[in-house]
Amino acid sequence: MIGIGESPPRPDGFAKVTGAARYVDDVTFPGMMHGATVRSPHPHARILAIRWFPERAPAGALCLTAADLPGPNGVQLIDDGWPILAADTVRHVGEPVALVAAPTLLAARQALAAVEVDYEPLPTVLDMDDPEPLPPLYEIGMDSGNVEAGLAQAAHVIEGEWRTGHQEHIYIECQGMIAWEEDEGITVLGSMQCPYYVHKALVHAFDLLPERARVRVSAVGGGFGGKEDFPSALAIHAALLAKASGNPVKMIYDRHEDIVATTKRHPAIVRHRAGVDADGRLLALDIEILMDGGAYGTLSSVVLSRALLHSFGPYRCPNVRIRGKVLRTHTAPNSAFRGFGAPQVEFALERQMDKIARAVGLDPLEIRLRNVVEPGDRLPTGQVLDGSTSARLCLEEAASRTRFRERWLELEEARSRQDGHGPMRGIGISLYFHGAGFTGNGERRMKSPVTVRLVEDGRIEILTAMTDMGQGCGAVFTQIAAAAAGVGPEDLVFAEPDTAAVPDSGPTVASRTTMIVGNLIARAVSELRDRVLASHGDENRFRHFRDIAREYRRTEGPLEITLHHEPPETQAFDESTYQGAAYPTYAWGSDVVEVEVDPDTLAVRPLHVTAVCEVGRAIHPTLCAGQIEGGTLQAIGWALMEEVKLDKGRYLNDRLATYIIPTILDTPRMDIHLLERPWEGGPFGAKGVGELPMDGGAPAVAQAIENATGVMVTGIPATPERLLRWTAEGQRV
Amino acid sequence: MNVPFTVNGESVEVDGHAMERLLDVLRTQLGLTGTKEGCGEGECGACTVLLDGEPVLSCLVPLLQCTGRRIETVESLSEGPARTFLERFVATGGVQCGACTPGIVVTAWALLQRSPAPTEAETREALAGNLCRCTGYEGILRAIKS
Repeated sequence: MIGIGESPPRPDGFAKVTGAARYVDDVTFPGMMHGATVRSPHPHARILAIRWFPERAPAGALCLTAADLPGPNGVQLIDDGWPILAADTVRHVGEPVALVAAPTLLAARQALAAVEVDYEPLPTVLDMDDPEPLPPLYEIGMDSGNVEAGLAQAAHVIEGEWRTGHQEHIYIECQGMIAWEEDEGITVLGSMQCPYYVHKALVHAFDLLPERARVRVSAVGGGFGGKEDFPSALAIHAALLAKASGNPVKMIYDRHEDIVATTKRHPAIVRHRAGVDADGRLLALDIEILMDGGAYGTLSSVVLSRALLHSFGPYRCPNVRIRGKVLRTHTAPNSAFRGFGAPQVEFALERQMDKIARAVGLDPLEIRLRNVVEPGDRLPTGQVLDGSTSARLCLEEAASRTRFRERWLELEEARSRQDGHGPMRGIGISLYFHGAGFTGNGERRMKSPVTVRLVEDGRIEILTAMTDMGQGCGAVFTQIAAAAAGVGPEDLVFAEPDTAAVPDSGPTVASRTTMIVGNLIARAVSELRDRVLASHGDENRFRHFRDIAREYRRTEGPLEITLHHEPPETQAFDESTYQGAAYPTYAWGSDVVEVEVDPDTLAVRPLHVTAVCEVGRAIHPTLCAGQIEGGTLQAIGWALMEEVKLDKGRYLNDRLATYIIPTILDTPRMDIHLLERPWEGGPFGAKGVGELPMDGGAPAVAQAIENATGVMVTGIPATPERLLRWTAEGQRV
Repeated sequence: MNVPFTVNGESVEVDGHAMERLLDVLRTQLGLTGTKEGCGEGECGACTVLLDGEPVLSCLVPLLQCTGRRIETVESLSEGPARTFLERFVATGGVQCGACTPGIVVTAWALLQRSPAPTEAETREALAGNLCRCTGYEGILRAIKS
């Protein structure tokens, strides 16, 4: 038997290391055609005409435009404002205008040339600095206490403006989908995080009865949020072509197309006005959050909501005012990316804390120790933090493991003696938190179900819509179910995520899979076990559960249990005032990063990272640490090198040769330390972990650069070009 | 044109365009879908295979160049001496989503063939052309070190 806290091999592991796992591009069907997309070259333009020249296209090719849509022209997510195909106006470079399909991939690409589109360019708004912005897509705010009164009492009022850029997911498997007609309806198979989001979008776009749309999930080669909403659009595109051609149609993006056309992390500008007393204790935080939503709304409203709820960080502050806006620009829509708005605002807040520390004359550790939240403290939302609040523990552990204070002081001293020769060293610390599960009343609205049932051979079948995009929910669910039912992994069977078979247990997002769905699995299999055992006498005590279950199934017939997630009444949240418990619990972390900066090129090399995280109990410590290792490196990449460069709305770096992510040579050594403190609300004490590690790496890197160079890092990525500019402008700490 | 070569120990003769990518030949003509495409321009390493024992990026190798040569793909590692290494790769957390994994294990196996106990610096150098977005490379380093 495999216990909680052990790290058995993940069930999909061997298939993946031998190439046997089936990703969507590995699947073919007889008669399958290939689809391709005609995209806008303009950031904003009126479509005057679309002409299709079948005689110029390969034999068997076809073309569809918005005029051919069978239903509403919107990808249904929160709303349906994101067009399936641009009808009369394009609003970003890369926006889909027409679709083609042909018998081979090459023929489909050739068919693109048989489509001509006439455009009339329109005025553009390309970034958040445009003096004449478009009306915002979303706007929200929250107030707690009295900010002006807090600022009036303050010994120091410190202002800061902090900027973060786009980030591209770069899942190694690009977006892909196959669609075909089946049973008078549509079936799609593809790479995605949320089969029921895709299902909802297909039902909406084709005006189908829900049972006529079926969504199946292939092996998923990475998601990070990038396969939360975009697959809904791609599934509709492939399904349109499949219906029009009568054949299965495969659409696989190449890397260039994936970078140009799909969503990214929202760039953000966060402005702070902070009041502190003479000892550096926060009295007031006045925060303005601007996010670039791109051309359409996607999931931006909930990204902004999460941003608001993380913008005050794991710190006590009696007076808070937050105003947030998602601005609209003529760029590809931005949407979900691991962290979902929190990394941007936590970067800003951590930078602000560092600025405050210098103003008051404290070191970065001390300013955090003086303000960190403790159990019993009240967040600006009014939520009183419970005993699972481990911010101080993480901070102290990270500091003591790295001798942070001595090292920081030593390097401050070294900087003052720097002669411009030889590498400069710096160290930085960050403190961060992440709310696990859907924001606010999201989980209450979803009431997500999980079903378990007895198979005839006595195994327990577990049915959820969760997808394994690499994080390893298959392994973690196996451990949870085995431990809760008191059976071995061989006594369990997991249904493939297929909307024809599994209930809508919600999307695989928001660090909710282990904590929310894992908990439902634990409860459901325990109940199933109890029902089976209760029906039999005490003489069964020493028999194997599977034998009893097989007998039960034969004599008593089918046994199926569906449980729905019901958040406790204590988790109530008022979405109009932003007061209440926005999340059932929080995961906590503190990172220490040491960097080396080349004095000539200002290139920054991260040398070592220590991440101390409290995520409740680690069900599978290797996979849990794997989330933190991978998330931390994504954060460091975002901090130092990942930059989407746009010129007049066009991508300058739409390839992996030019959009740079960390290689193994760019990667520091990592020391991951899990502080295990079981949380009673999660399965065997587990909280969510997936997004947490994205929140802390970037501000620690920025602080380390300041420690090394004295240049104030006001934005990321902190590329050599930016550091040079800031140096030239005299932007110093 | 017909191009003869061996794949995973078997002789094959592929009828294709001289400039067809080896990646496509493997995946579509020979049904060896274990080799993955991540970027199509030699940046990510997901499509790495062995050409006469040396790691190459199959998205940059034209069919013609394979004439008379020996190709080994990730599928060839599943049995035989590499199996223990692959099991360790899973156990140490070297694999998450699995899309970069075939290229990484092929590259790492080639490294272990020429240097059975590589230093960390050697390992990093050997894997510098293989991008992984999930693991932070830590689980991969653990697999090769152990």
